[in-house]
Amino acid sequence: MSARDVVITGMGIVSSLGEGADAHWQALTAKTPSPVLDRDRFAPYTIHPLPEIDWGQQIPRRGDQRQMETWQRLGTYAAGLALDDAGLKDDEALCATMDMVVAAGGGERDETVDEAILAASLERDDHDILLNEKLTTELRPTLFLAQLSNLLAGNISIVHKVTGSSRTFMGEEGAGVSAIETAAARIRSGQSSHVLVGASFQTEHSDMLLAYELAGFLHREDWKPVWQRADAEGGGVVTGSGASFLVLESREHAEKRGRNAYASMGPVVSRRTRRRSEPLVAGITEMLDRLPLPQTPVLALSGASGADAATAAEREALSCHDNVALRGFSTLTGHMKEAQFPFAVALAALALHHGNPYPAFDSATEAAFDGSLDTVLATSIGYHCYEGMGLIKRA
Amino acid sequence: MGVVTSLGQGRAENWDALINGRSGIHPITRFPTDHLATTISGMVDFLPSSTKGASVHTHHLADLVAAEAIEQSGLPASDFGGPLFLAAPPVELDWHHRLALYAKARSHNGNPSLIEAAREARAMELFEESQFGTIADRLAERYGTRGLPITMSTACASGATAIQLGAEAIRRGECDRALAVGADGSATAEALIRFSLLSALTTQNDAPEKASRPFSKDRSGFVLAEGAGALVLESLESALARGAEILGIMRGCGEKADDFHRTRSKPDGSPAIGAVRAALADAGMAEDEIEYVNAHGTSTPENDKMEHLSLSTVFGERMKTTPISSNKSMIGHTLSAAGAIEAVFSLMTMREGIIPPTINYDTPDPAIELDVVPNVKREAQVSTVLSNSFGFGGQNTCLVMAREPV
Repeated sequence: MSARDVVITGMGIVSSLGEGADAHWQALTAKTPSPVLDRDRFAPYTIHPLPEIDWGQQIPRRGDQRQMETWQRLGTYAAGLALDDAGLKDDEALCATMDMVVAAGGGERDETVDEAILAASLERDDHDILLNEKLTTELRPTLFLAQLSNLLAGNISIVHKVTGSSRTFMGEEGAGVSAIETAAARIRSGQSSHVLVGASFQTEHSDMLLAYELAGFLHREDWKPVWQRADAEGGGVVTGSGASFLVLESREHAEKRGRNAYASMGPVVSRRTRRRSEPLVAGITEMLDRLPLPQTPVLALSGASGADAATAAEREALSCHDNVALRGFSTLTGHMKEAQFPFAVALAALALHHGNPYPAFDSATEAAFDGSLDTVLATSIGYHCYEGMGLIKRA
Repeated sequence: MGVVTSLGQGRAENWDALINGRSGIHPITRFPTDHLATTISGMVDFLPSSTKGASVHTHHLADLVAAEAIEQSGLPASDFGGPLFLAAPPVELDWHHRLALYAKARSHNGNPSLIEAAREARAMELFEESQFGTIADRLAERYGTRGLPITMSTACASGATAIQLGAEAIRRGECDRALAVGADGSATAEALIRFSLLSALTTQNDAPEKASRPFSKDRSGFVLAEGAGALVLESLESALARGAEILGIMRGCGEKADDFHRTRSKPDGSPAIGAVRAALADAGMAEDEIEYVNAHGTSTPENDKMEHLSLSTVFGERMKTTPISSNKSMIGHTLSAAGAIEAVFSLMTMREGIIPPTINYDTPDPAIELDVVPNVKREAQVSTVLSNSFGFGGQNTCLVMAREPV
């Protein structure tokens, strides 16, 4: 133990299963955990929708709520939950010195304007002029800000007064991995004492599905567990709306203010496997080799996306360690892109906090866990590129 | 160091234009300007990628500056051996591709049909264009950078943040060197319209080269522009050990987020003031040790006023006589790239002993009492520079650079 160990003292998680650490613990440890699905709205794609959220609980000013679309609202809300959970919510001094790393994609476009342009484009050939005409007259000026990647962090600063620093990483799952990795490295080196880190993803929007489907990544049959989609129609990914924000602190900083931690962060490793020329299984194995995995049973909170190749590679690489019990949480939450790794870390920390494992989310594929819970592996293997994983340990 | 702007490609071309007060701002030709209030920009129009959409163009710009910087550093061209930090604009599927997909769709029921058409087209090029991690992935592949590359955005401060991330990684001892790149080739019609709707852009279209007028009384908004800048960052120890030529020292980085408003800064300027002070503290320098300020200087009424307020608060009376100039008077606002480009120009200012001017400074703003190096370059021995970058979303990042190690 060292003063600069990185501990997790707050979490704000939201998914189709509910909001907050307790709701997720209840849902995920139910005898047979079951997913919340919306099969109709984006058919043939099934998604895991957001639960009902009373935004005012974390974003009191309606003016602030109006400046955001759902993706930013969700992230700002989850960040508020995490700050609350860490006992920092109204601590102006600590929020003003708190660093922030957010992993983000882009926000929601105006679907009505876009569809009007799509429709008009069939009637005329001067597309560039059509774009100028429609965009200058129909775009809402403030929508731009709701789309900008770094404005999730910007809204967190405005609503929750976190202003020590603000960085936004982009790049799908890899951004979530780098965000956690960088936040933890900053604390270990003494560059930060406390950091808010996380991401949100809102899938209930055409553009968010379009980005996956340009390469045919989405699963198109009825819902199945994440490990069982390889033979089904489509590319295997079922998406979900959700968010995960964590408060990371140095052990010393947390102890000084008398906070108990959920868990501590062990090493985090990341990688850019050249997937066109190098087997992904080898890449994942190389990462596992860099981690001090114990010989005793290890629970693995896997952020596997369901994407056929990446998911199969992850399962194969992890199956070489017969002490590892997989838990593919996307089975129940759907794939939350940038939020995958922060979510995996949150669920790992939650299990350590309770001292209990999760039951199998897919009993046909996932083995029972039998042992004591000391170290949990959290993974996020990008559906297309970039990989990362880390060990989460007892506080 | 590597740089591309509307003034040209590479350090030499850019520097020559910059010290001669030449503007790169010109009428937009990339797309028709019907219905647009602003018809000028500082786009980089001389590359083959200039008409290929934001993602391809940004990648090309980033690639050019990375190559130039690595070449100058003397490090291996395809085995850089340190991490990559890329500041880049958020990406979206280009409208031209969107409409082309839709034209081929089986049915025409709006977005669901577009998604179906996308699935059937299986155009990996378009998929990669819409992925935020793609450009960094390609750069990492080509230059042999180490590990998972980080793509980031802090809006108009992005380029400076990329440098800061690199410097911090070296200080943590994670690496001996890092490649920091800021690139922005995202000046599409939609981007222009978005900024225009926020009233951020000047509409002084008649004389494009005169439109960007930082710190002038008649400044009326920024000029949207493109470009890229790159720095090879290295620990002093590692650079000395391999006998590399040291181009400058990144002495300190500072930042402070603003919680006041999405586009406006806190009226008392405290976050920008905090960022300048944090950079000075990080550099271990006192206020009176800064010899030149490379301004954020966007030419918007708000920014230039707030930048003056912040600097005069930190530096006091001394600010009236400390030279400060805005490269944006010539290259416009290169958004995600600005901080990296301006860091390159800051380092060149010290190396060449010449301060590039703030051009178009014909009508001083009496409320902004600064020595902006008006209109004509100035020869001066500069040993320390403060470079400011401020952005939407409360982003404030400052870099302190020095000619020589401590």
